[in-house]
Amino acid sequence: MPLIENGRIGEDAWSFIPDGEPVPNDRPVIISFERWQAERDGFEGRNAKLGVRLKSGTLAGAIAADLDRFALVAVEFAKFRDGRGFSTARELRERYGYTGEIRAVGHVIPDQYLYLVRTGFTSVEAPEGTNPESWANALTEVTIAFQPSLDDTAPLSLLRRKLKVG
Amino acid sequence: MNHIAPGARAGIYHYDEIDRQFVAERVEQFRRQVERRLSGELTEEEFKPVRLMNGLYLQLHAYMLRIAVPYGVMSATQLRKLAAIGRKYDRGYGHFTTRQNLQYNWIKLEDTPAILHELAEVDMHALQTSGNCVRNVTTDPFVGAAKDEVVDGRVYAEILRQWTTMHPEFTYLPRKFKIAISGAESDRAAVRIHDVGLLARRNDKGEAGFSFYVGGGLGRSPFVGKLVREWVAQEDFVAYLEAILRVYNQYGRRDNIYKARIKILVHELGLEKFTQEVEEEFARLRGPKYRLDPEIVEGVRQHFAPPPFEELPDHSEALERAKAADPAFANWLEVNVAEHKAPGYAIATISLKPAGGIPGDATCDQMDLVADLAERHSFGELRVTHVQNLVLAHVKKDELYDLWKRLDEAGLGSANAGLIGDIIACPGLDYCALANARAIPLAQAISARFADPIRQRTIGELGIKISGCINACGHHHVGAIGILGVDKKGTEYYQITVGGDPTLTTAIGDILGPAVTETEAVDAIEAIVDVYLANRTGEGERFVDTLKRVGHAPFKERIYAAD
Repeated sequence: MPLIENGRIGEDAWSFIPDGEPVPNDRPVIISFERWQAERDGFEGRNAKLGVRLKSGTLAGAIAADLDRFALVAVEFAKFRDGRGFSTARELRERYGYTGEIRAVGHVIPDQYLYLVRTGFTSVEAPEGTNPESWANALTEVTIAFQPSLDDTAPLSLLRRKLKVG
Repeated sequence: MNHIAPGARAGIYHYDEIDRQFVAERVEQFRRQVERRLSGELTEEEFKPVRLMNGLYLQLHAYMLRIAVPYGVMSATQLRKLAAIGRKYDRGYGHFTTRQNLQYNWIKLEDTPAILHELAEVDMHALQTSGNCVRNVTTDPFVGAAKDEVVDGRVYAEILRQWTTMHPEFTYLPRKFKIAISGAESDRAAVRIHDVGLLARRNDKGEAGFSFYVGGGLGRSPFVGKLVREWVAQEDFVAYLEAILRVYNQYGRRDNIYKARIKILVHELGLEKFTQEVEEEFARLRGPKYRLDPEIVEGVRQHFAPPPFEELPDHSEALERAKAADPAFANWLEVNVAEHKAPGYAIATISLKPAGGIPGDATCDQMDLVADLAERHSFGELRVTHVQNLVLAHVKKDELYDLWKRLDEAGLGSANAGLIGDIIACPGLDYCALANARAIPLAQAISARFADPIRQRTIGELGIKISGCINACGHHHVGAIGILGVDKKGTEYYQITVGGDPTLTTAIGDILGPAVTETEAVDAIEAIVDVYLANRTGEGERFVDTLKRVGHAPFKERIYAAD
């Protein structure tokens, strides 16, 4: 599936390994949160990067204590209308100080891309056949924001200002 | 774009270039979203929330476009534009809503980008008037004028308007989210039936702060908002709301649309646990990033500086003469005019509830007239109330008679604010795809039955509120008399409740008995009124107080005796 990063289709170095399948040791992989809970000791001493995938109902607090083990957290959107993931990402960043990659997976539409970036997501797994132009456009079509967010930490005293888009 | 400047004195938030650019970008964004829907890139399911977030709703017969009137305050210039749009793209009228907005009920999808473009010319839009986001924040329609005002709610409502606009975290909430602010001693904003209700007050140092009520709401499961925090200082105003919304966004139910409002979360978690979750988030959010800077507050406040009131004696000879000469005017004065904080001025409510009329509807000619009158008598601004009337907030007492004569000629002179004819009704089955029964014809029939202004005044304060279905857009739960439309095997029936109260002493009404037909409903309302008049102690006792004293029995007996 195409990976969207910085408004463009990018190379995906990561692969998701479904539960039950062997986990390669030589490349970055994403495992489910459920597998992590069941098999965490098996990942002791692993050198290649590890990522974890949270279902939409799994909130940031569930993974908070283990965040230093993961270079990537994938947050699932079961339906694009289910906006819990926006809070999950923001909690990961603001409350738990996570600095790794946060990826949106599942059902996400380009019209949400700016919101994703502003709540702390760094990449999005888009559906096959998606229109890359719509993703690029989503970051530039609205250039004004009225509240502080993850992409710009200016305090609220500046209630209104231009977005920095790059 | 041709920008049409509002009157400089109007107490509205005056857009700057950045605000204008934002609205223009959103208009262009929506135009492209419509194209992507038409090309199939967006599915109907994906397009729906996008269209709702732009105020476009699909009703029974046509699209409805709901225009945002932030906290119900607008300029005469803006109202004139709304009239022009109604004439050009709708059927020559518009409908003022309980959210202090205006909606057009007969819009064509292909016209919407052009309408949004025209609205942008007067700094208006339809953003966030629908969808699962934070909706238009409402406040006291007498704001900035009322004698009992402690804090100017417009200032904080405007701060919230900005803070909630395209909020990246809270645009896909479990369900819609409604906030109301009241800054006066009397609550004219029904704060405790909102997802978040704010009472703005001052401490003994004169500093502004807020009491937070959370989890109020009507619909299928009505709840009165619960006090979550007695005092939130001004600097924490935004942080506290951010904490509430973050708890709601994470824990609010998404499995059942009827259980998705924050009231259900508060109810299921319990007030104590909910409060604890919010306080934890708040403790962490508190800090420079979310601190509301006093300079921002002052900057916003400047937009709402008092208009240049003249120094006048409070007593008006002209008014007294007109009152003595014209009893119909005297009656309107008594019922529709409220005290103003500036001597010699008054607050005039323009009733959109003529006998037999459709609550909240105004023709485009009436809108133009009100715009003219707002310019002549009220510094070019007006307000929409949550009971679907209009208000001119700063009228010289000397000019009230002239104002009323002009209103009366145009069918806008009804003297029934707060009385039995001042009915709230949702659009009902005449427009709405969710409704089980019509609400408008019943409202028309009741107001026709009680057309006599003297009879209305004799009955006194008595709000009737009608909803065409359990979603309760007509606020029937808090009507002194509430009416809920239900469908019984294809026939419209109406269930009557009594004892509701939308003010600070908020109460949900109780069902009086079995549902009745439309014709029976009008007779039943009259029977309730007769029983009230027969039982009340003196002129002063309000309907709700008589009801409390005598109970349901005498009312039930009269209505259902024949069965």
